[in-house]
Amino acid sequence: MNATTLPLPVATAALGTADDRVRLFSRLGWTAIGIAVVLIAVVVPLMALVAPDGSALHLSSYALTLVGKILCYAICAVALDLVWGYCGILSLGHGLFFALGGYAIGMYLMRAIGHDGVYKSDLPDFMVFLDWKAYPWYWAFTDHFWYCALLVVLVPGVLAFVFGYFAFRSRIKGVYLSIITQALTYAAMLLFFRNDTGFGGNNGFTDFKRILGFDIYAQGTRVALFVLSGLTLVGVLILCRYLVTSKLGRVVTAIRDAESRVMFCGYDPKAFKLFVWTLSAVICGIAGALYVPQVGIINPSEMAPQNSIEMVIWVATGGRGTLFGPVIGAFVVNLAKSVFTMIAPEYWLFFLGAIFVGVTLFLPQGIVGLFRRRRGGGAA
Amino acid sequence: MSRPPQPPEAPLDWAPGLPRDSGVAGATSGGLDARGGVIEGARVAPEGIDTSHTVILYLEGVTVSFDGFKALNDLSLALDDGELRCVIGPNGAGKTTMMDVITGKTRPDSGKVFLGQTIDLTKHDEPSIATMGIGRKFQKPTVFEKHTVWENLELALKNDKRWWQSINSKLKSWQQDRIASVLSTIGLAGETRRLAGLLSHGQKQRLEIGMLLAQDPRVLLLDEPVAGMTDEETAELAGLLATLRGKHTIMVVEHDMDFIADISEKVTVLHEGHVLAEGTLDEVKANETVVEVYLGR
Ligand SMILES: Nc1ncnc2c1ncn2[C@@H]1O[C@H](COP(=O)(O)OP(=O)(O)O)[C@@H](O)[C@H]1O
Ligand SMILES: [Mg+2]
Repeated sequence: MNATTLPLPVATAALGTADDRVRLFSRLGWTAIGIAVVLIAVVVPLMALVAPDGSALHLSSYALTLVGKILCYAICAVALDLVWGYCGILSLGHGLFFALGGYAIGMYLMRAIGHDGVYKSDLPDFMVFLDWKAYPWYWAFTDHFWYCALLVVLVPGVLAFVFGYFAFRSRIKGVYLSIITQALTYAAMLLFFRNDTGFGGNNGFTDFKRILGFDIYAQGTRVALFVLSGLTLVGVLILCRYLVTSKLGRVVTAIRDAESRVMFCGYDPKAFKLFVWTLSAVICGIAGALYVPQVGIINPSEMAPQNSIEMVIWVATGGRGTLFGPVIGAFVVNLAKSVFTMIAPEYWLFFLGAIFVGVTLFLPQGIVGLFRRRRGGGAA
Repeated sequence: MSRPPQPPEAPLDWAPGLPRDSGVAGATSGGLDARGGVIEGARVAPEGIDTSHTVILYLEGVTVSFDGFKALNDLSLALDDGELRCVIGPNGAGKTTMMDVITGKTRPDSGKVFLGQTIDLTKHDEPSIATMGIGRKFQKPTVFEKHTVWENLELALKNDKRWWQSINSKLKSWQQDRIASVLSTIGLAGETRRLAGLLSHGQKQRLEIGMLLAQDPRVLLLDEPVAGMTDEETAELAGLLATLRGKHTIMVVEHDMDFIADISEKVTVLHEGHVLAEGTLDEVKANETVVEVYLGR
């Protein structure tokens, strides 16, 4: 069973067992996942809800939201790693899928405000302000949570599928593909900035009141969203790890390294790319939907090219092609960011650039690569 | 090398949309081969390649131009089923371009390219042509460098290659045996867990040929397979090709005359995108134009 751990004699290695050699996770990996689940689902809720205010163990709602937010970013980082680290598709537009997921759930949250807005109207304040009398057609059914939850998956998924279908069919690759993804998110940002697009223009959606009937700012709601984000991250990690250790994952990495050889082996790279690409976009959409109720706002600046580029930096910092590394990268970079924005916000972008250059030059395999090297060269 | 038993439930590698019965007409009628001889019980490959007229691969009047330059110029060529054909010709003669056309990488500007009697290769893309039974070795050895030797063969192995099938794919024991047998054929049984990128040049060449064997194609196209190999490895490869003779149709592009002398039945000389001469190596060597443009230099 544990064929990986020992340098087997050549004769045995050559025989049958090679197939089940790649395990889903090592024992260490499963332990880490178990600890993470306990932290997320037991320890944090206890600290946030039970530990008395003012005690050293109490988790403030600020800290809770900060970490919850980063958990959502980490989900995106894993999704981006799936396409970039494993399939070689460097997307500079994943922020778009994240934002679309956020807007989809945001529509529900706007409807859930009900008559509690400034204008006490049926319509969201921004529509009243535009002097609209009724919801545009694409707002239909958005008062139903489950319909919006469906949109969270469908909108990024369909957009990614259509975009990917044409891009991969035309064999657009490398830097060209990256530039187009960047252009896509930029174009979407300009579209969402317009008031008559019907998504609140540059203010976006905000001032949410409740979600599924619960007060959106209550500590209990925050904890629930936190737990949901954390467990989603764990689920996404397991799913992605399952995929990359399957034969599909081996085909996908082969596409990254030698696409024409893959084609002459009889695989259609388009289909494989389209699958991981669309899946990755859907995961980002879900992350966006978890993010918006926690931060309480979604606006077109989430679609800014800079956001998508930051995602790439999380992945590169943590270690591309490792799935777990990007989670670390998302935490390290974003914790640094929140420290920086308190001390010297105007220098954050310089610092971010410095991280990227530093990682590229000195840590080509990211933070995870640092540990692998220490342990003597990584996997056999 | 023996073919493994193929159990009936072994998946058929069918390109979607390809008629399964594309060879039936030839199968029932028998037929005349290119030289006018009657073929007994005309052979139709199980994969649907209709070789009832002995010819398995057929190019007629193929022209490919790059910005006005004709890399292939009215090229016509036919390979019989089971034949081992050598193609020689100076650099730039269009040998690689010809393989590109056959494997669907390059679309010809004009001309016909057929697999068997019925399959028009110009209407298919690379993966479906590969699935139909044409395997290709590149001029520059191309293996999956970040995958182990074993994984390289696993990926190449004849199997259902549609994406959703690969999510839960587990190899059956006869498939594992097949990989093991290919590994011993190419002499890499001791290197199964090594990353292919760490192999020597000659080992990579052999691995790539092993990938073709695992793919089990009807037609094998080898673009300069002995380039960069030692004399010993070259002799080994000649031996390997000898054992494959008759089981696969093989087209070898090569410069190494000794190697060709070792293996050749019939030689085609390509020059400026056109067939200059065809025949046994001795016949071709005696041809004055050939001597002038190629051998004599
Ligand atoms: N993609 C391409 N674009 C432009 N010219 C090409 C291309 N591929 C091949 N050629 C040209 O076509 C000719 C034939 O090339 P090739 O088929 O590689 O020759 P060979 O393999 O016989 O050495 C060469 O002159 C080469 O420069
Ligand atoms: Mg060539």
